[in-house]
Amino acid sequence: MGQTFVEQVLARKAGLEAVVPGQIVTVRPDKLLTHDNTADISSKFRRIGLDKVADPGINVIVLDHVVPAANETYATNHQIIREFVAEQGISAFYDVGEGICHQVLPEKGHAWPGAVIVGSDSHTTTHGAFGAFSAGIGRTEAAAVMATGKIWLRVPESFRIVIDGDMSERVMAKDVILYIIGDLRADGANYCSVEFTGEAVQAMSVASRMVLTNMAAEMGAKNGVVEPDENTRAWLAGRVDHAYEEVHADSDATYERVITYDASEIVPQVAKPHTVDNVAPVTEVAGTPIDQALIGTCTDGRLEDLAAAAEIVRGRQVAPGVRLLVLPASREVLLDAIEQGYVSDLVTAGATLLNPGCGPCLGAHEGCMAPGEATISTANRNFKGRMGSKEAFIYLGSPATVAASALTGVITDPREM
Amino acid sequence: METRITGRVWKYGDDVNTDVIFPGKYTYSISDPAEMAEHALEDLDPSFAENAQPGDIIVAGKNWGCGSSREQAVTCLKEAGVGAIVARSFARIYFRNCINKALPIAICDAVEGVETGDEITIDFSSGSVTTPQGEYSFPPLSPEVVEILEAGGLIPYVRQQLHVE
Repeated sequence: MGQTFVEQVLARKAGLEAVVPGQIVTVRPDKLLTHDNTADISSKFRRIGLDKVADPGINVIVLDHVVPAANETYATNHQIIREFVAEQGISAFYDVGEGICHQVLPEKGHAWPGAVIVGSDSHTTTHGAFGAFSAGIGRTEAAAVMATGKIWLRVPESFRIVIDGDMSERVMAKDVILYIIGDLRADGANYCSVEFTGEAVQAMSVASRMVLTNMAAEMGAKNGVVEPDENTRAWLAGRVDHAYEEVHADSDATYERVITYDASEIVPQVAKPHTVDNVAPVTEVAGTPIDQALIGTCTDGRLEDLAAAAEIVRGRQVAPGVRLLVLPASREVLLDAIEQGYVSDLVTAGATLLNPGCGPCLGAHEGCMAPGEATISTANRNFKGRMGSKEAFIYLGSPATVAASALTGVITDPREM
Repeated sequence: METRITGRVWKYGDDVNTDVIFPGKYTYSISDPAEMAEHALEDLDPSFAENAQPGDIIVAGKNWGCGSSREQAVTCLKEAGVGAIVARSFARIYFRNCINKALPIAICDAVEGVETGDEITIDFSSGSVTTPQGEYSFPPLSPEVVEILEAGGLIPYVRQQLHVE
């Protein structure tokens, strides 16, 4: 009987012939990703009573959540992490300024087809864009992986989401995934492995595929994955310095659900407050006033996102009273965007350029919201209170939609710009 | 782990996310569990933290704990005295975090039969929740998961496994 992606990768890692959904397996992850929460994880690790982590080679630590430190508490937190990294001999450590963990991890060669990655962040699903199994875990669990080098995983049921057809002008991967989340709802794929496939996915850049797998978390998925192809191999060349064995789902694998979408029918989408599955076509919310516009985050802070925004704002000005914030996802993205002139386009139009990192996405610094304010953001969550005040409103859209809205001061269909 | 838990209900709806259970702005600024409890459910139900009593039970709809992986969304409730959570379904990372922090959970439709303030009893050995409106059954947790709960959470479990003194 054919096996899905996740069945194959977990069976191989567990040293078993085959596995079935519901089965619990114990595996040794290839990578354990942690970020600013490493300080707390290290204290949980010490509580276990060990001096040394099982395998410092699996640790990837990126400071991204509140960087540079906003106050003494955050600074002390970062200091604890730097000391832990030195003491444990962890080489894959990326300090303030390198970027967001979900961008830096693949850029530095820590994701590859067939890898098993776990991370103490819910958007660890992102790395499935490289054909890896990649899932989020909690802090205690990350401490246990440090101690044992192992983790138990329930083999999930699999969904196959087929996205056929060509995407229309000014429609981005973000619109496609918001449309799908609006259809399947926030728990539509709870605990499942979601395979994204079809003509539109094959035609997508690696950056766009990362938008799909990043937001798979918002439909409850355990992991999201895109089958590796020439695009993937080209992206990874020069980053991953070892051989890897790709894992491809069998054509006769059994899926809990197979759902097909036609990308050509999808128009720009917006998730309205206060849930990610509260999705409508941009035309339905067009005209809603905004105070702030945010382009960046682990969802949409890559070069093609900045390019799409720059193209829209080039030679124009952000509307009076609107704050446009731009956060490239990494130092590499920032350098490329400088070289391409996108940074100049955006800043000239009135954007505030922030350093690579998570920025205001989790409401800790760099652009929090006051009561009654509205932000349109390229991030992945619009929960009440997430960006500061619980009386603020967060709309989610593509970089094109956010850029267009920043120019007009109201939510705007990017196809009109 | 107690096999029978009786407590007072706090009833909530579907898709309650971790941001309203424990706001992201506190995730790096608050590390004391008792202080976390003061902010539990702050953006959903400000009366909870003030009035929660030891042994209270949260009863909710589907997809409880969706969103961020933040474990504080479990810790703050446990510290506030919550003895168990009963929900139609749990978001997967939240489910694992409950097990790892030894907060008992039941995947059960009991939300239909309760109101905030009701007294209910969860029997983990028989897999049932008794409410004023009747009894609701739920499937047992897998043996691997029960082992972690019985050890008192993942840290004590790993200590046992590694024979750490």
